Amino acid sequence: MRLSASDLACRRGGRDVFAGVGFSVASGEALAISGRNGAGKSSLLRMVAGLLRAASGRLALEGGDPEMTIGEQAHYLGHEDALKHSLSVGENLRFWAGFFGAGNAEIGEALVAAGLDTLADLPAAYLSAGQRRRLSIARLRAIKRPIWLLDEPTSTLDAAAQRRLTELMRAHLAGGGLILAATHSAIALEGVQELRLDPPRGGGE
Amino acid sequence: MTPLTAILLRDMRIAVRVGGGALMAVLFFLVVVTLVPFALGPDLALLKRIGPAILWLAALLASLLALDRLFAADHEDGSLDLILMGRAPLELVVAMKGVAHWLTTGLPLVIAAPLIGLMLNLDAAAEVALVLTFLAGTPALTFIGLVGAAIAVTLRRGGLLLAVLILPLTVPVLIFGVAAANAAVLGPVPFGAPFTILCALTLASLVIGPFTAAAALRQEMD
Repeated sequence: MRLSASDLACRRGGRDVFAGVGFSVASGEALAISGRNGAGKSSLLRMVAGLLRAASGRLALEGGDPEMTIGEQAHYLGHEDALKHSLSVGENLRFWAGFFGAGNAEIGEALVAAGLDTLADLPAAYLSAGQRRRLSIARLRAIKRPIWLLDEPTSTLDAAAQRRLTELMRAHLAGGGLILAATHSAIALEGVQELRLDPPRGGGE
Repeated sequence: MTPLTAILLRDMRIAVRVGGGALMAVLFFLVVVTLVPFALGPDLALLKRIGPAILWLAALLASLLALDRLFAADHEDGSLDLILMGRAPLELVVAMKGVAHWLTTGLPLVIAAPLIGLMLNLDAAAEVALVLTFLAGTPALTFIGLVGAAIAVTLRRGGLLLAVLILPLTVPVLIFGVAAANAAVLGPVPFGAPFTILCALTLASLVIGPFTAAAALRQEMD
């Protein structure tokens, strides 16, 4: 499986955010997207997820399911955790597993891995920011999708949880998945490609 | 569990929990209808004549209450992004959210209507007609409302825009709902004609609502 992009451009609110961006990521590879605030890291991930239209350029996935869009084969971990406060931790995860057509088999295991199994019956409103993020990450583990789009995945996580996330990412890559991560901090994975987003000529300061 | 039952069950669960809209809508309905006899005075003949209209107006306003949060809540917490990345067609997901909204706000109104109808001096025949028109007409209110909820999804105070957009579109439902209920009580028009048109309006909204709302959501996300 290979995800490639060429000459992507992003325009938000009449302003050019980036232009001429290209990358190529194969199964087992990760791409770290860096750049200053407002450089379009999140926009690039949302474009790959199909949540944002590219102003120009093309995105292609080779070796994926031709019946599905790239977004339908991807996990998106955005700034928001997509949790409902009034539902319990377990209900939140079970809903997404049901919605994405995954079985309930992996849910218990994913909650244990996230260290949230003892809180499964607690309404998500009572979780801390880090716990909410861990529950969101448990979704990636419980539901199998080959492409992971991670937007600042380590924000709000403590050191132990960051290590667990790195292990989870390593296992995902070893299983033939691919990862695009927008991040300010370095990813502790081997052989990570770097993509630096800079403002287009004539834009920015 | 299929994606669509997952959405249906989740939305119904949220609606009946603390902070959900289910109980709020039916309580609002009861309060508004209860206020009417106090405002008009105990003129039984008058209440009987305007009863169906009052009940329909109250139901219309009550079903709008929880609608503005229908997509906005999912948008704010990031759920809508994931829903758009699901393999289930957005139109069907939107329709399922509409069904969940009706089951938790429309259906309780149908059940509460005959009880509260007693306060407006409605007799048995009128009660039956009223319940039938509610059952046939309230789904149309929800499914027309879906469109407004989708258009107002990114707005912080979308509720007001929703009401302004949606209330004019619900006028036909109101006209034929009240006409059918009144026909059963006052005659001489038969009940069947306005009731059939009411059913037709509901069927049309069941189709047009989800498609329009899904198109609006896709447009708004960009």
